[in-house]
Amino acid sequence: MSIVRRSVLSAAIGGVVISLGAASLMAAERAPTIAAASDLSAALPEVAAAFQARTGRQVRLTFGSSGNFTQQILNGAPYEVFLSADEAYVETLRKAGRTEGSGALYGTGRIGIFAPTGSSVRADAALTGLATALRAGQVSKVAIANPDHAPYGRAAREALQKTGLWDALQGKLILGENVSQATQFAINGGAQAGIIPLSLALTAPVKAAGVFVLIPADRHGPLRQRGVLIRGAGTTAKAFHAFLQGREARTILTRHGFTVPGAR
Amino acid sequence: MDWEAFKLSLLLAACTAGVLMPLGLILARWLAFHRFPGRGVIEALVMAPLVLPPTVLGFYLLTAMGGNSSLGKLWIAIFGHPLAFSFEGLVVASLIFNLPFAVQPMQRAFEALPPDVREAAWVSGLSPWRTFWRIEAPLAWPGLLSALALTFTHTMGEFGVVLMVGGSIPGETRTLALAIYDRVQAFDTQGAQLMSATLLAFSIGAILIANGLTARVGRRHG
Repeated sequence: MSIVRRSVLSAAIGGVVISLGAASLMAAERAPTIAAASDLSAALPEVAAAFQARTGRQVRLTFGSSGNFTQQILNGAPYEVFLSADEAYVETLRKAGRTEGSGALYGTGRIGIFAPTGSSVRADAALTGLATALRAGQVSKVAIANPDHAPYGRAAREALQKTGLWDALQGKLILGENVSQATQFAINGGAQAGIIPLSLALTAPVKAAGVFVLIPADRHGPLRQRGVLIRGAGTTAKAFHAFLQGREARTILTRHGFTVPGAR
Repeated sequence: MDWEAFKLSLLLAACTAGVLMPLGLILARWLAFHRFPGRGVIEALVMAPLVLPPTVLGFYLLTAMGGNSSLGKLWIAIFGHPLAFSFEGLVVASLIFNLPFAVQPMQRAFEALPPDVREAAWVSGLSPWRTFWRIEAPLAWPGLLSALALTFTHTMGEFGVVLMVGGSIPGETRTLALAIYDRVQAFDTQGAQLMSATLLAFSIGAILIANGLTARVGRRHG
C-alpha cells in the first residue's frame, strides 16, 4: 500500500514539476497584454495593427469592463497598459500605487439609443420614442451595461435618470457585463432598445441590425477615457501607449466615433 | 478559428489530467478502502466544486492566488508574477474544480471491487504494488478511464473559474471557452459558431471514445 502510494505520489509530483516547467517556458518573453474597455473592441485592433506595421512589435489585446480590469489589476494581473472607459478607475489604481504616472486621455466616448429593426421603440435623441413606448406598455426589455462597474452603463443610467425614465424602466433593464454584451443583447437578445456606445454602433453588425441615434452629451457625465501604464510595463507597452497619443492612432479612434484630445 | 486558444485548452486539459489522475487515484483509493472519522467531510469537500457556482470558486481562488495574498506574494517573490492570471494559476484552479470529476468515478470503481478478491491476492503473497497493478487496476479500469475523460473534457469546457482567475490573456490564459465568449462579444458570430462546433465535436468524441473503451474493457473482464 505505502509503496503504491509513494510511487503514485512521486509520479504526481513529477507531473506537477513538468507541467509548471512547461508553463513557465511558455510565459517567457511575450508580447505585452493591453487591457481595454469593451467600447474599444472595434477600434483598438486597428490601432494595434497600425502599431505593428510601424514598429514591428506586437501587443496582445483583451477586452472587458473597466471595473473588472481594475479589480484584476489590484489583484496583480500582468497587464502592462490599461485603457479605461473613464478616469476614476485609473485614479483608483494610481492611488493604490499600481500605475506609472497618471496616464493620458486618449478619447471621449458618446452614447446613444439603439432600436433594432421592427422594435416598438423609435430611436431619437431626446428619448421621447422610448418614453412613448414605455407608457404604451410596449417595452419589456432595455439593454445597458452594468452601471455598477461599466462607465458606459453609468452614463446610460445618468441619461435615463435625466430624462425621467429610470424609475419606469426598473424591472425592464437587462444588464450586460460590459458594453459589448449590452450591445449584443440590444441587437439580438430580444430587447426593444439599448443604450450603447457610438464606437460599437459604427460596427457593421450593429449598423445592419437597426437604428442608432446619439444622445446629447450633456445628458450624462463625460466619458473621458484615460489610458495608463501599469507599474512594471515594458518598452513595447510604453511605445504602444505613446503611439496611442499619436496622429495615426487618433485618426483611427476618430473614425470609430471617439472625440480625441485637442480635436473639439 | 483561434488555434492558439484551442492549443492552450488542450495543454491545460493535459496538464490537469496528468497531475490530477495520480493524485485523484490515491485519494479515491484511500476513500474507497478506509473508514475513519471525518471521511464524510472529506468526501463533501471533494464533491463541493460540482455544486458550487464557478463564481464562488473563482472568487476564493482569486483571493488566494492574487498579488495581495500570502501565496500570491510568495509566488511573486519566486517567479516575479502572481499565480493568478497565469497559465500555472489556471492549472492550479483546474486541479481544484476537477477534483470531483476525477475522484468520484475512481472511488466508485474501487468500492465496487469485491473485498475477497484483494484479500485473496494478499493471501497468495502478492505485494500491495502487484495487487494494485494485477488485480485492482484492471478491474477498476473503466472507472479510471471515465475519470480521465471527464477531467479532460470538463477542463476543455470550463468557463467561469477560468474567466475569473485567468483574465483572458491571449496565448496565456485565453482558453477556447473564453475565446468563444470573446468572439460573441466582438459580434463575430461566424468565429463563435466555428469554435463552438469544434468544442462540441471534441467533447462528444472524447466521451464516445471513453465509453467505447470502457465497454470493451468491461466485456473482456465480464
